[in-house]
Amino acid sequence: MAIRRAMSGRIMDRTAVVGARYMSSWWRSVQPAPKDPILGVTEAFLADQSADKVNVGVGAYRDDNGKPVVLECVREAERRIAGNLNMEYLPMGGSVKMVEETLKLAYGENSELIKEKRIAAVQALSGTGACRLFADFQKRFCPDSQIYIPVPTWANHHNIWRDAQVPQKTYHYYHPESKGLDFAAMIDDIKNAPNGSFFLLHACAHNPTGVDPSEEQWREISHHIKAKGHFAFFDMAYQGFASGDPEKDAKAIRIFLEDGHHIGIAQSYAKNMGLYGQRVGCLSVLCEDEKQAVAVKSQLQQLARPMYSNPPVHGALIVSTILSDPDLKKQWLKEVKVMADRIIGMRTALRGNLEKLGSPLSWQHITNQIGMFCYSGLTPEQVDRLTNEFHIYMTRNGRISMAGVTTGNVEYLANAIHEVTK
Amino acid sequence: MRPEFTSPSSSSSSSADRRLNALVRHLATASMVSQTAVAFSPTSGFHGDSVFSHVVRAPEDPILGVTVAYNKDPSPVKLNLGVGAYRTEEGKPLVLNVVRKAEQMLLNDKSRVKEYLPIVGIAEFNKLSAKLIFGADSPAIRENRVTTVQCLSGTGSLRVGAEFLARHYHQKTIYIPQPTWGNHPKVFTLAGLSVKTYRYYDPTTRGMNFQGLLEDLGSAPSGSIVLLHACAHNPTGVDPTLQQWEQIRQLMRSKALLPFFDSAYQGFASGNLDEDAQSIRMFVADGGECFVAQSYAKNMGLYGERVGALSVVCRAADVASKVESQLKLVIRPMFSNPPIHGASIVATILKDSNMFNEWTIELKAMADRIISMRKQLFDALRARGTPGDWSHIIKQIGMFTFTGLNSKQVEFMTREYHIYMTSDGRISMAGLSSKTVPHLADAIHAAVTRMS
Repeated sequence: MAIRRAMSGRIMDRTAVVGARYMSSWWRSVQPAPKDPILGVTEAFLADQSADKVNVGVGAYRDDNGKPVVLECVREAERRIAGNLNMEYLPMGGSVKMVEETLKLAYGENSELIKEKRIAAVQALSGTGACRLFADFQKRFCPDSQIYIPVPTWANHHNIWRDAQVPQKTYHYYHPESKGLDFAAMIDDIKNAPNGSFFLLHACAHNPTGVDPSEEQWREISHHIKAKGHFAFFDMAYQGFASGDPEKDAKAIRIFLEDGHHIGIAQSYAKNMGLYGQRVGCLSVLCEDEKQAVAVKSQLQQLARPMYSNPPVHGALIVSTILSDPDLKKQWLKEVKVMADRIIGMRTALRGNLEKLGSPLSWQHITNQIGMFCYSGLTPEQVDRLTNEFHIYMTRNGRISMAGVTTGNVEYLANAIHEVTK
Repeated sequence: MRPEFTSPSSSSSSSADRRLNALVRHLATASMVSQTAVAFSPTSGFHGDSVFSHVVRAPEDPILGVTVAYNKDPSPVKLNLGVGAYRTEEGKPLVLNVVRKAEQMLLNDKSRVKEYLPIVGIAEFNKLSAKLIFGADSPAIRENRVTTVQCLSGTGSLRVGAEFLARHYHQKTIYIPQPTWGNHPKVFTLAGLSVKTYRYYDPTTRGMNFQGLLEDLGSAPSGSIVLLHACAHNPTGVDPTLQQWEQIRQLMRSKALLPFFDSAYQGFASGNLDEDAQSIRMFVADGGECFVAQSYAKNMGLYGERVGALSVVCRAADVASKVESQLKLVIRPMFSNPPIHGASIVATILKDSNMFNEWTIELKAMADRIISMRKQLFDALRARGTPGDWSHIIKQIGMFTFTGLNSKQVEFMTREYHIYMTSDGRISMAGLSSKTVPHLADAIHAAVTRMS
């Protein structure tokens, strides 16, 4: 030890001589990056001292007391797995069990496609990781393709495909005047895109608008996408969370499957199982046959290996424990419905309050829209007023996370919105 | 935007169809078009063609593929010396007691939730990880010149660091040792860096090719990035001595080469956490900058939980803060924020001095068992009079031994003795036990004497 200490003393002396050349930092020219528009809202909220503050920013579910929720089925699953298993590496494709159960949710419990092993699927780092893996895969194997992204969309979608170096275009989606779907323009964009383009679709509960196509509209969208030979990639982050019924929320996907599309799906358990920080999700790609599915899966793994080697085990274990136990699965479905119902209730309450206040504007979009978010139609200036005058935090595009609304704050929220819009 | 009708796969529309389609579009509403369009593209080739039909099956990962082959083998004497995961004397995976304790504590804490972590992960975890690798008294930490972000184990930390470098650093070439962990090259190339190698291992001595290393780093362009294994080099187990580290440091600083340390075995190599961090601390002590990827996979047995951290040591605090903001931009489109479970366990252990001590004891026990396996194997080969110098088995350090066996000999050992290892002759000492050493020694002896 003494020798080592003496040596490091000598080392310190030498630095004065050798040090001159590296006096300045390599990173002086690195610019401070802009704050993330969504996650930055919560940071600001946490810093606010006001007792009235309301966080309707980030899309994480809250109960009627405004508290985060760990589902009972999740607690039970954790009790079962703690202390039992080892923490060995999962295979590169993740937990086989978890993936199997996850595919059933998206493709159907008795899906022929699953039986025929036509689906290439790997565990991914929640929805983000699934999208990114797909984007990298798209870049590698369809290098001349581009992705069409709806306007608006979750902000990180643009970052993901940009970092994967896939050129992106947009397609019409939200219709600001009606606060609904700009269906005709969307269909036009689908038809005008070069054949074989990739289209990013929100399977249900569109983020940030809450505006979903109707079933008939989905059928038409499917039809036109098929006519152009486009690839349909679904981001499904809210299955079960939108209507309260996972089967219903998968309707769009099932329509596309019936119509014969070879789709891709990013699934997330962040919201519907409340596993946010566990980063559990799944990427699947429907292929022509089993052989191709094997090939595609192997290539997805080749992309995962130099990114994180293999995905985290804990969250996957929770999911597979719940979904493979009929009682726990039933409990989960009940708890998901409770969450979805509470949000639907808050939509009704918020709209009701605004109408009671005699607001001159129409607020029916609050109950027409579905899922965690409401695209209020508020302008950035109105949002700023809500924050500065009323300590209400939301993203500047006017997106309200309904999960942050409670019976305790819905009146306050309605009053504030009324104040800035009347 | 005009539609284009030249598509790679489905060139179905005839010119007559196209004209009719165009007419219909002008005349009809959207729903009419949807009905009529069906008739116009009956042969879209839709049901058959996938845009990914051309994708071929990728080769098995060479390291993880070993376990796949091992699992298929029915032999009762089979031995898995492939992947570097610790095994007990009974050949079982090990969850450390202190880890189980931490897990229970987390489970019993009803106030814990599963919310998203910040993009950079758990703040406490990040601070404690920096302390662990740089030392509690590190000047870089005291001066706030370090930014640490939680990542997915060593792989994830390397990848995030490499992506940052590809975007913000003026030199896009990284030099990696020859040989190195099989996954290193792809991590860097996919991040956008180009990869060159520097000499490292000398097969004739089964030790360091130090002259070659100095020459290669000496001729690298100024500012190049250099990957360094902090300790317990994977796959060779050959580490520079402290004097050699000092020479490497001086050379690198004189050429402004940027060190990127991969620290996957802190505490696992010598059994002592501080000792295994010496190389890194030497570089930090001279005031210069470096990147460090830390993994808790082996030293805390948290493999599948994917716990790790990337630290960037900068010359100034404001620079560190700017760097952190840019790291977030790399992370957000990759996985948004890191997984909570494993890092919570680590933070729980590192911040409690009793649990920390427990951990160091369990860690030393793992390292000691491996050192004992090295001795046993060496003795067994000597007892058999196996030709050759096998002293490298006890000179090399860490989980792996680079036996020096060639791929034919490896194949022989797998076929005749059901020993599974990577074809470069690397064996995981962690997969050995006192019971299985004789079998391995027999296999090596046979391979060396019957195959060359």
